[in-house]
Amino acid sequence: MTKALSIKGLRKVYKGGFEALKGLDLEVEEGDFYALLGPNGAGKSTTIGIISSLVNKTAGEVKVFGYDLDTQLTELKRQIGLVPQEFNFSQFEKVKQIVVNQAGYYGVSREVAYQRAEKYLTQLGLWDKRDQPARALSGGMKRRLMIARALLHEPRLLILDEPTAGVDIELRRSMWDYLQQINQQGITIILTTHYLEEAEHLCRNIGIIDAGQIVENTSMKKLLSTLNTETFIFDVEQAQPDLQLAGFNYRWSDDFTLEVDVDKSAGLNKVFEQLTAHGCQVISMRNKANRLEELFVDLVEKGRK
Amino acid sequence: MFNSTGFIALKTIWIKECTRFLRIWVQTLVPPAITMTLYFVIFGSIVGDRIGQMGGFTYMEFIVPGLIMMSVITNSYSNVASSFFSSKFQRNIEEMLVSPVSTNTIIMGYVGGGMARALMVACIVTLVSFLFVDVRFAHVGIIVLTVILTSMIFCLGGLINAVYAKTFDDISIVPTFVLTPMTYLGGVFYSVSLLPDIWQKVSMVNPILYMVNAFRFGFLGVSDVNIGVAIGVLVIFTLVFYGVAYQLLQRGVGIRS
Repeated sequence: MTKALSIKGLRKVYKGGFEALKGLDLEVEEGDFYALLGPNGAGKSTTIGIISSLVNKTAGEVKVFGYDLDTQLTELKRQIGLVPQEFNFSQFEKVKQIVVNQAGYYGVSREVAYQRAEKYLTQLGLWDKRDQPARALSGGMKRRLMIARALLHEPRLLILDEPTAGVDIELRRSMWDYLQQINQQGITIILTTHYLEEAEHLCRNIGIIDAGQIVENTSMKKLLSTLNTETFIFDVEQAQPDLQLAGFNYRWSDDFTLEVDVDKSAGLNKVFEQLTAHGCQVISMRNKANRLEELFVDLVEKGRK
Repeated sequence: MFNSTGFIALKTIWIKECTRFLRIWVQTLVPPAITMTLYFVIFGSIVGDRIGQMGGFTYMEFIVPGLIMMSVITNSYSNVASSFFSSKFQRNIEEMLVSPVSTNTIIMGYVGGGMARALMVACIVTLVSFLFVDVRFAHVGIIVLTVILTSMIFCLGGLINAVYAKTFDDISIVPTFVLTPMTYLGGVFYSVSLLPDIWQKVSMVNPILYMVNAFRFGFLGVSDVNIGVAIGVLVIFTLVFYGVAYQLLQRGVGIRS
């Protein structure tokens, strides 16, 4: 099967000498929902910028569905729909005009563009706003407008650079549903996000990038399975300063909140057994942090050592 | 150069550009009419009556082509410079950069939009001039050719300026410090034959002189310079500016990191 994205030895040195990418290699399968994660300044946006030809590369090879960035740029561009991190449409143009114009740049006739505009703006809940200038939209609507705009030429690869930044939870979840839906219809999706819960919820495969290099590239399932220890927070009814939990690392974050590191092999039953034996009533329990977040921090730190 | 995809993209940019300046017609189409009316009243009627004849024509007749040309130059330049720079500033130029639109299409789309505004303004100013003088049309073909080439040159100039511009101030520097002096010294209000020899020679390096005189030849049938040379200068400037604009956009100067 042709790879949706194939990157080999990608380097980018900006004016002034900063090396943003240091020979990055990356492959994304067709139909995948892929998360590209990394701390700020890791090189995510530079990578996306190069793929979408907004940034000139210094060296390396980029192919999208087999089309080479250097020799088949026009065809390569047709395959990609880009949802950038920052709003980059004219604030004075009307919503419908923005998406129809974008289709025009890809050679889609006006007639077809208007039909598609109705389809995608309706799907994204913006059809009612079609005759409003973009500046009149809320932040969430602007994000959805950028998704509609990116889909109008019906690309095979959709790249979303932090699409849910600053979007409320309800809207974020509706965007997740929509992205899952179009992924099931066959569109390959690459997503960068700072919400690791989002990546865990949506993506099948994951690449972690740090200091211009990929430090991990695997399936989400495999990555999460490498997590040996999870931290749980127990809210208890009464303070128990003398509590002893044999075989576990634990600490009191306040008089009524106990944090316990639980090894996968140990399980939670043993924790409850000991708490019950001490007469400690547990009111509620939750994970301390997102599982992926722990792995992410761990992998990035390891890569820097 | 274009297949149907390229043509649709070109049409899209052109319509977008025309929509932009028509949406703000009070700022784009009305001011030239007011400015030119003032020029006609002050320089044509009040001052012109005391000047008498110039080149065998009334002073009002003499300055009409130059004033129309002045509007064409200003509007061509400012339309493309401000529109392209705004696209850079708001980053919606990226909409085109990520798409398969070719560099030629981008240039032609913006230049086409600028020319549409400039030609519309030229028509408005010509209509205004009818209120003050009996305008003649000696060589319509020369008028059309000159106005098209001049507009194209300054649209390309505005595009090049916008490519390099980093702030809105940067797109007002050239019109203020270069275009306005060159236009005033380009024979809009006088015949260069009135100047001392040395200043006549200096004037010959001013490309706007050729534009104004070619245009005046189209209206009145007289020119301070050879009409063939004037058209040749316009063609050369068009080609050079197009080449420069193409190279800059192709390399992504000011628009790609």
